[in-house]
Amino acid sequence: MAVLSFERKYRVRGGTLIGGDLFDFWVGPYYVGFFGVTTAFFAALGTALIIYGAAIGDTWNPWLINIAPPDISYGLKMAPLKEGGLWQIVTICAVGAFCSWALREVEICRKLGMGYHVPAAFGMAIFAYVTLVVFRPLLMGAWGYGFPYGIFPHLDWVSNTGYQYLHFHYNPAHMLAVSFFFTTTLALGLHGALVLSAVNPAKGEVVKSPEYEDTFFRDLIGYSVGTLGIHRVGLLLAMNAGFWSAVCIIISGPFWSRGWPEWWTWWLNLPIWS
Amino acid sequence: MKTLNKLVAIVLPALLLAGCELGYKEQEQVGPRGTALVLIADPDTKAKVGEVPAPPYELTPEMIGGEKASTAYQNVPVLGNVSVDEFNYLMLAMTTWIAPDGSNVKDAGCTYCHNPENMASDEKYTKVVARKMLQMTQNINASWKPHFAGQGADQENAGVTCWTCHRGNPVPVNNWSTAVPDPGTITGNKRGGNTPAKTVAYASLAYDPFTDYLAGKESIRVGGKEFPSAASYGSIQQTEKTYGLMMHMSQGLGVNCSYCHNSNNFAKWEDSRPQRVNAWYGIRMVRDTNNNYITALGDVWPANGKGAYGNRRGPHGDPLKVNCATCHQGVNKPLGGYKMLKDYPALKGAAPVAAPAPVVAAAPAPAETAAAAEAVKPAA
Repeated sequence: MAVLSFERKYRVRGGTLIGGDLFDFWVGPYYVGFFGVTTAFFAALGTALIIYGAAIGDTWNPWLINIAPPDISYGLKMAPLKEGGLWQIVTICAVGAFCSWALREVEICRKLGMGYHVPAAFGMAIFAYVTLVVFRPLLMGAWGYGFPYGIFPHLDWVSNTGYQYLHFHYNPAHMLAVSFFFTTTLALGLHGALVLSAVNPAKGEVVKSPEYEDTFFRDLIGYSVGTLGIHRVGLLLAMNAGFWSAVCIIISGPFWSRGWPEWWTWWLNLPIWS
Repeated sequence: MKTLNKLVAIVLPALLLAGCELGYKEQEQVGPRGTALVLIADPDTKAKVGEVPAPPYELTPEMIGGEKASTAYQNVPVLGNVSVDEFNYLMLAMTTWIAPDGSNVKDAGCTYCHNPENMASDEKYTKVVARKMLQMTQNINASWKPHFAGQGADQENAGVTCWTCHRGNPVPVNNWSTAVPDPGTITGNKRGGNTPAKTVAYASLAYDPFTDYLAGKESIRVGGKEFPSAASYGSIQQTEKTYGLMMHMSQGLGVNCSYCHNSNNFAKWEDSRPQRVNAWYGIRMVRDTNNNYITALGDVWPANGKGAYGNRRGPHGDPLKVNCATCHQGVNKPLGGYKMLKDYPALKGAAPVAAPAPVVAAAPAPAETAAAAEAVKPAA
């Protein structure tokens, strides 16, 4: 793969966390590093196991392939491979691959003298995933609470988990998470539209500067957060979306067993009006 | 400022945890692995199974075989075929169940229904109601077996007594009556919902799902098999109303949706648990009970403010009726499934008295229910 003319200056030696110079090299445009190797290992093993799971499963329909966690009765023990053990190993591979990738991002940040914003943001996504398949099962006392790996199967899991609490939209953390997700997409939509219209002027006009972008939003809503600020807003919204998602599922089961609408009776019972 | 921060740091997490149920949760997997078909309950907050009072005395076969009540007493159309001994035994039990001696119920004891000067007299409306309720109990036990003993379970002595609902109260604690219609004004018109209602487990769903489904025969199946068109039956409002009814059932039984359904397809019998068949019969049993026994009493129910023992009608003027919570009281098997009927054979009602035969022909095809029974085992 061709190397871009400006890419050489990013090829900085050092900054590694583990392995010193041993893995400090590039393959084509890709930095390897110790964590690149572990990412490749976990990702390859996990993918192979999923394919194996599909092979011993009922279907090759990509929508329906299902790698399900063990029965609740296995608790926190390992299950036989064909009765959920596969899910357990795939989960180890997934956590290993995701964390390796985040640490590889850290190494790249160190090489470039950047802040750790990118691995921190990705770390929030990993945190939400680990909450679903590790933290909540640990608190409930059974790996069987993890979600199955499969497109339709995981959606069925989400649906049944929601109805376990009668009406999941009343989960306060779910409310926050959904609001943050929607606001993230709204902010991205506004930002993307603004940038595209600035850099794609009408025929015969020049590309507009950030001053124009700021002016547009100052006209529209009286305020512009600015070119750097919008990315801070985006990071804040997106990380909150992931964080509250994790909270909304960790409280469902370990800390609440009834319908979520009923949880709000604390509000109805406040001595102010009750 | 630092003190304030510290205070917030301590108080806020404490407040957040105050809304939690901490500690061990009871868990039961009810579907294949990985489908999240699990029932989770907090032993500290789930409804307690009610106590069962002991029978008044031991009822021997000789007592059951004795002289008939109709020969000894006047005006006993429902229990005339029962022996005098069993008749008196049942009357004693009913007193304990409904207006126990020594309770703060007005006229507690026999006089709650009877004129002590003339026990045969129907002058007290409560006696007329009690007779109808005996017929109702016999009808439930004789005609609605599939509700409490389906899927090959032991049907012997499965059923209800007065205690199942009453628990020592003249009126069962859990009852319903039609909601007063919303005002036609803009303000104060909640459009039948939009308020945290206990009837629907505190959701903002239609707060009177009972009138249409537990007295009326509105269809609960709003899910269509085809893409919705102008001719489709289900509207958002009807869908929410069925959701409200289901919320009531969940709350009344202390279970969640997964107790009966797989939310992958709520309507599909093959993927549902056999408990859904019990519930299907239960809804029809409640309709039968409300329409043919409680509402059928008509003006026997005194107008509100006119009765000797307090109000027996709702604000809309219809009598207080039964729903799932009336018997279940937050427990999936009322009284923990205790077969109380074994001690009160007169309530079994082997020959229902003038009760209309329930139309069960429209029940889900037996093949479907059998398949549902099979589906309870988690797939290997």
